[in-house]
Amino acid sequence: MNVSILSVIVLGLSVLGFFLARRRALSKVNGKAYKLHSRPIYYGQVVFLFTAVPALLVLALWLFIQPIAIERQVSAEIPASAIPKGSTPQLVMSDVRRIAGGIDAMLHAGNITKAEFNDMSVDTTSIRSQLASVGIALGADVTPAVFEAAKSYRNMKNVGHTAMAAVVLVVALAGLLLSLARITPAQRARNIAEHFILALLIGASLVAILTTLGIVLSLLFETIHFFRIYPARDFFLSLTWNPQFRGGSDLGMIPLLWGTLYISLVALVVAVPVGMLIAIYLAEYAGKNLRSFAKPAIEVLAGIPTIVYGLFALITVGPFIRDWIAVPTGLGNSSSSVLTAGLVMGIMLIPFVSSLSDDIINAVPQSLRDGSYGLGATRSETIKKVILPAALPGVVGAILLAASRAIGETMIVVMGAGAAARLDLNPLEAMTTVTVKIVSQLTGDTEFASPETLVAFALGLTLFIFTLALNVLALYIVRKYREQYE
Amino acid sequence: MTVNSQSPTSSSQGQAGPRKSRSLLAVDAHTKRRNASEARFQFMGKLAVGIGILALVGLLASILANGLSSFRQTYVTVDIFLDPAKLDKDGSGDLAKIAKVTTFGYKPLIKRAMAAAIAEHGIDDQGLKAKKIAALISPQAPATLRNYVLAHPDQIGKTVAFNLLASGRIDGYFKGRVTMDSAKLDRNISPEQLRLADEMHRVGLLETRFNWAFFTAPDASDTRPEAAGLGVAILGSAYMMIVVLLLALPLGVAASIYLEEFSKQNFLTDLIEVNISNLAAVPSIVFGILGLAVFINFAGLPKSAPIVGGLVLTLMTLPTIIIATRAALKAVPPSIREAALGVGASKMQTVFHHVLPLAMPGILTGAIIGLAQALGESAPLLLIGMVAFVREYPAAPPEGFFDPAAALPVQIYNWTTRGDPAFVERASGAIIVLLAFLLTMNIVAIILRRRFERRW
Repeated sequence: MNVSILSVIVLGLSVLGFFLARRRALSKVNGKAYKLHSRPIYYGQVVFLFTAVPALLVLALWLFIQPIAIERQVSAEIPASAIPKGSTPQLVMSDVRRIAGGIDAMLHAGNITKAEFNDMSVDTTSIRSQLASVGIALGADVTPAVFEAAKSYRNMKNVGHTAMAAVVLVVALAGLLLSLARITPAQRARNIAEHFILALLIGASLVAILTTLGIVLSLLFETIHFFRIYPARDFFLSLTWNPQFRGGSDLGMIPLLWGTLYISLVALVVAVPVGMLIAIYLAEYAGKNLRSFAKPAIEVLAGIPTIVYGLFALITVGPFIRDWIAVPTGLGNSSSSVLTAGLVMGIMLIPFVSSLSDDIINAVPQSLRDGSYGLGATRSETIKKVILPAALPGVVGAILLAASRAIGETMIVVMGAGAAARLDLNPLEAMTTVTVKIVSQLTGDTEFASPETLVAFALGLTLFIFTLALNVLALYIVRKYREQYE
Repeated sequence: MTVNSQSPTSSSQGQAGPRKSRSLLAVDAHTKRRNASEARFQFMGKLAVGIGILALVGLLASILANGLSSFRQTYVTVDIFLDPAKLDKDGSGDLAKIAKVTTFGYKPLIKRAMAAAIAEHGIDDQGLKAKKIAALISPQAPATLRNYVLAHPDQIGKTVAFNLLASGRIDGYFKGRVTMDSAKLDRNISPEQLRLADEMHRVGLLETRFNWAFFTAPDASDTRPEAAGLGVAILGSAYMMIVVLLLALPLGVAASIYLEEFSKQNFLTDLIEVNISNLAAVPSIVFGILGLAVFINFAGLPKSAPIVGGLVLTLMTLPTIIIATRAALKAVPPSIREAALGVGASKMQTVFHHVLPLAMPGILTGAIIGLAQALGESAPLLLIGMVAFVREYPAAPPEGFFDPAAALPVQIYNWTTRGDPAFVERASGAIIVLLAFLLTMNIVAIILRRRFERRW
């Protein structure tokens, strides 16, 4: 049974339960609602919640666990001899899955009947050509062990799905009947419903923790996997990045880290002065007209997706820098370069820096300003000698936050920085970053056993730790600073 | 503010030397320096604002200049005789047999029709061979023709007027991307073909019209930029937005209600708060890695499917929505809660009957802004296989959530990696479409806020 149909049935049962419970509660007191502990609608709510929530939870858990359990069972069934040389159990398993899917497609299209399928074996029919007819291409002929595994995979999957439907419906019905049976006029229905809802609210806020946990665990797990097949020393200390898809790659992180930091530095050199000056000018000097026009205009920059900046780097800034700076000075000839990516990323960060600086400048108490003016300082002197020093921790925090943004930025560097891993100081050369390499190692058809793919997780973990550390540091500094005035 | 008189600052270095002028009206050198520095600082501020606005204008101008032309497309209008001898050899009208004729079989029809049209209008064919003349038309055209015939088998044997796509180079010529000079160096087009196109344009065989297909057609292969459209990408993005809205809004609102209205200061609450603020700062690509590792490898969901994209974007937008919702809940004054509690409502009733409805405009605004952020995000989608070349439209939901699809920003990225410069035009055009969607969403958010926001 289809999952969506199943959930619709469960929800239907719950709605039915809602009305039944309301009726039942009222009938217990002969329609005199004031004799009930709670208003009738709460009796309905209780039954609705007890019918829907446990059943849907079971459904979600089942969907999550079943594939893992079946996978484990089936891969245990495949004998080691069935795994050809140069292949891995994972590759064979993916063949098994595809064959099982192909059999479903053939049954669905009516190419074979159920009876034919039961008699089917590798010796009598060419499974490969039959599968090809429904659009499943296999690299090699199917061995008997693999075909048997596919058959049992399919069987288990079907049995699992039927069992799931049955269990979910039983849970829903049990919830419905039990909660209906427990309705009495004295039942504290409102309190029960409210506690139930509170539990759901807490559950929803736990998603944030689960997400972090998911990120950390998935990165950590695959990174450990990576370090088992590739020496950690080489990853952290090697100066070359040269992945080969046949093995024997050099996967040193240093050139990528260098490119990331270099590009981020260029971006910050652009964004920090411009963004801060914008914030200062708009807060301290600009007239009402200019502010009402310029402030939203700068904020629009913040709402533009990074892919747009990426395209801007690719088709406008990159060629411009190549034709007007790189080629005349003879320092480079590619349109993707550190300067291109850094410049465009700097533009992207301007609104970020300016809105953070705006908050910081506004947080400096007016009394400091007034004191400075009272001593005869000009406005710029007040800003430079009073406001900025007072706001320094906040400014540092803002710069760190902007740096963390720059380091994690992907699309601009994918489209503007190039793909060559290089340790170089020339800003007109193409360089590459951690994020670019995560994308290039993980896009396309990837097999999860090779170090060339797994390295992306190690890079991801590095990136995650880097940005997390910057953010924590920034928040710490900003918070500490705020305490001075409050 | 300019200081016109010598201010009695204690740190003034001017006091070191003897003063020449004691007049209040004459500005001394030190004050002049200070005023000049003030003017310089102001100028730098103006410059910075100028740079910011210039960057915005430059960005938009570059995208518009490159992309607006993609909303127009060059078409060739030609009468094609659907030859029964080619399409339906035994005249049975059997659809299965007609379907056996591949697009290859339709090419001669187009070739013949083009030659006939040129002869009919008395245009100089520039000494081109029939094959070169037919090359003015997109390689997509035979497929268009075949689909038409399969849909209307009764038209075989008749002459039908078709609007066929001109090839990418001809289209580029009418948009100024291809010139006579560049055509000389181009293997795919010659100046003679361009001249012929000019002639055809003069007699009205060839014209440039609004390009509806850009919004509805699926992606096309590397050699057919003229046929590439955003249909699948728009549909895929819409599916993902549905998933995000269905998951992120309830989850986000529920979490915010708990944190803002019910939670007590304890370890769990602190942990949740720290997690939310950290998730808001995690680079988006890390969410892509999470999606790949958990949803695709671990849970076995299909690659390139909108459901996976939607789940990843949900996790990504959740912090945005939670932060906005909490701000909206916080903006509801405590007096409302106290009044409700005072007349005997429970805490839950207070929140759901009074606070939440009053906070709704703010919550919706936050949700729309979160959705806009999700719509423009591309990096995580690259990792979960949304870059795949997809020509099939996904089915209607809910099954369609599991079909392969593209997404708007990823389609843009995909086009920029292709060789033909015509794809850059398409990518810029697609960005205009994306920005139009974002603009609409933001305007809706602003209107919502203006209309329903209450100041207490």
